[in-house]
Amino acid sequence: MLIRSKPFGEIEIDDRQRLYFPLGVLGFEGLKDYALMDATQAPFYWLQSLDVQEIAFILIEPRVFRPDYEIAVPDSDLEEIGIESSEQMLVFAIVTVPDDHRQMTANLQGPVLINRARRLGRQSISTDPKWLVRHLILDELAKIRG
Amino acid sequence: MLVLARRINERIIIGDGIYVSVVDIKGDQVKLGIEAPPQVKVYRQEIFDAIQEENRKAAQSHGELPSLNGFIDEGSRGSSKEDR
Repeated sequence: MLIRSKPFGEIEIDDRQRLYFPLGVLGFEGLKDYALMDATQAPFYWLQSLDVQEIAFILIEPRVFRPDYEIAVPDSDLEEIGIESSEQMLVFAIVTVPDDHRQMTANLQGPVLINRARRLGRQSISTDPKWLVRHLILDELAKIRG
Repeated sequence: MLVLARRINERIIIGDGIYVSVVDIKGDQVKLGIEAPPQVKVYRQEIFDAIQEENRKAAQSHGELPSLNGFIDEGSRGSSKEDR
């Protein structure tokens, strides 16, 4: 289908890229239909609202910059989108990119979970206080490299 | 809003199986004990607010993405795109 996206303008997507968020995303509860797209720069992705072109979130997989990342969310959050095992699940963090790119942060306190087969998603709230709303991605990467 | 006065160690019951008790009061801080079935999620309001606020900021992010080349070792990548 042809969609209007924030990063690419009009673009054709495959139906398999479509995701449904029954509860929306926190602060955007009314927007439930999204498309998951590769960004031009790996390892980022776009979560594009199909209802509002201007609303698109940048995603990254947490383990790219925090290899020790372990998801900690209530089991009921997983059940709500039909996830029974971790193989069924994709986990992303929403990225905030300010004017100074070097200060970009990822939100590990509110991870985005996706049931890849059923293409259902939700944002959860971490039950582990170690994961924060703002992790500086470049600082975390620098720590990995030592 | 229903307002109830409670003393230390007094409880209220909400619906089926949710108990809130006053554990301690010190100055302007109240410690609450909450017992609830596992499917009932309990969060501090400010965590909810912080995530909402961060989502709003994230939605206004630059469309131009920075490159992480030079920051990422291939081995440290998460699952690759190919397995989507």
